[in-house]
Parts: sequence; structure tokens; C-alpha cells
Amino acid sequence: MIGLTNYLTVAAILFTIGVFGIFVNRKNVIIILMSIELILLAVNINLVAFSVYLHDVVGQIFAMFVLTVAAAEAAVGLAILVTFFRNRGDIAVDDASVMKG
Amino acid sequence: MILQAIAFYLMASVTILAGLAVVFARNPVHSVLFLITAFFSAAGLFVLMGAEFLAMLLVVVYVGAVAVLFLFVVMMLDVDFTQLREGFSRYLPIGGAVAGLLTLEMIVVATTVASQGAASASPGPNASAGADVTNAEAIGRVLYTDYVYFFQAAGLVLLVAMIGAIVLTLRHKPGVKRQNIAAQTARTPATGMTIVDIKPGEGISE
Repeated sequence: MIGLTNYLTVAAILFTIGVFGIFVNRKNVIIILMSIELILLAVNINLVAFSVYLHDVVGQIFAMFVLTVAAAEAAVGLAILVTFFRNRGDIAVDDASVMKG
Repeated sequence: MILQAIAFYLMASVTILAGLAVVFARNPVHSVLFLITAFFSAAGLFVLMGAEFLAMLLVVVYVGAVAVLFLFVVMMLDVDFTQLREGFSRYLPIGGAVAGLLTLEMIVVATTVASQGAASASPGPNASAGADVTNAEAIGRVLYTDYVYFFQAAGLVLLVAMIGAIVLTLRHKPGVKRQNIAAQTARTPATGMTIVDIKPGEGISE
């Protein structure tokens, strides 16, 4: 029997893979952006699982908005990446410390 | 019921393995392709739960738009990706430890929440809408009534993202001839031509 716990476990593992990906690939922005997409996918799986098992459709509406924001974030993030590459000639983000942040 | 379990475990394991491959792949193009696989099988999980509309949305938005965007950027940038992987093995042990701990904690929390009885034992449609309403119709009934302002705000977010991406990547090269419509329409015969009185038998030199 596939219950809520199974879906939540898949989402938890996927979320951790995303966090892990950011942790180990800290130089490569493209992989970092893809890891963020994985994290948002895990959040969406959680929202949809709770929506379905609580018999309330609002969770799916919220998942849709998360999807919208994720798409917008990917577009702007990749645009920043392209501009960064034009200015510096590489995409190693760990030595991008001009702003001393 | 057995078929459902097989489908769940198949798609869940494909999602997780593809997610791992995104992180571990040496070639970023392979990473993007594994990301597509992960999203596709996650869409399968959504269908299994009965959220068909969101599953199709995931396929259209991610596989159709976001993944292609990623592919474009990965292939457009001329970067030495092997050099970007240094430090991978250095961060691997501690990253793996943190990730394992995080997974364990989240699974414990999820199991506790699910066993407390807040959620029903079986997946089902919206309680207020009734069983004969499809998933897309149930979403539409709520989205265009209670959440219409949020829907508009989502459109605004996408518009701002579009304008932002264009502004960030648009580049004006010097020395490229462009059409200047204002100058074109402001042109009069007086500014556009000159009448030169040429004497017979002589040419005209610049």
C-alpha cells in the first residue's frame, strides 16, 4: 500500500540530493541551479502529496505557483550566468568575491 | 494495488537515481538530460497520486522550457568543466554526512506526521468538489475564483522575469547599423537632398 509516507520519503531524499549537489559542486553554477530545481521539485512533491491525501486541492494550486516562481528563477539565473560569463570568461563562482559579500 | 506499488517504486527509484546522476555527472549536458529524466518520472508520480494537471504542467514547463534553456546555456558557454569539478572529492565526505543526517531527520518527521492521522489513508479528489469532477476542473474552479489575484501575480512574476532576462542579456555592439525610425520620419526634402549646379562638360567630384 502506497501511503503518504512513501511520497514524503521520496521528496525528502530528492531534497537532500539537491542540498548535497549545492554542497559538493560549489564551483559550477549550472549544477547549483539544477540542484535548486531538484529542491523545488521535492517541495512540489510534498505539496501535491499532502494535497491529495488531505483531499484538498489548494496544495496543488500552491505547487503551481512554486512551479511559476521556479521557471522565473531559472530564466533570470541563467541570464545572470550568461552575463557573468561574458564579463569574466569563466563561471567559477567561488572566486566571484568582488562585492566582498 | 500491486501494479500501483510497482509503478510507484519504479518511478520513485528512477527519480532518485536521476537526481543523483544530475549531481554526479561529469558532463553538464548529461546532468541536464538526467534532470529531464528526474522531472519526467516525478510527473509520473504526480499522475499516480491523481494530480494529472500538475503532472502535465511539469512536463510542459520543465521538459519543454526550463531544460531546453539549461541545454542552450550549457552548450553556449565555452567552459572547461573538468576544472570546475575540483574540490568535489574534498567536500564529498562531509557533504554526504550532512545529507544522510538531513534525510534521516526528514524521513522521521514525515513518518511521524503521516502516522498522526492528519492525512487520510487513501488519496482522493477534493472533498468539496465531489468524486465526478476531474483534477483539472477542480483546480480551475478554485484557481479562477479564490486565487485569481495570486494567479494574476504569478503572471506578473513571469513578466518581470522575462523583462529582467532580456535586459540582462541584451548587448549593444558599437558600430552596428540600426534603424532609427525617429530620424527617418523627421527627414524632409530639405535635409535629404542637395541640388548641385553642374557646369556642362565637367564631372562632379566628391
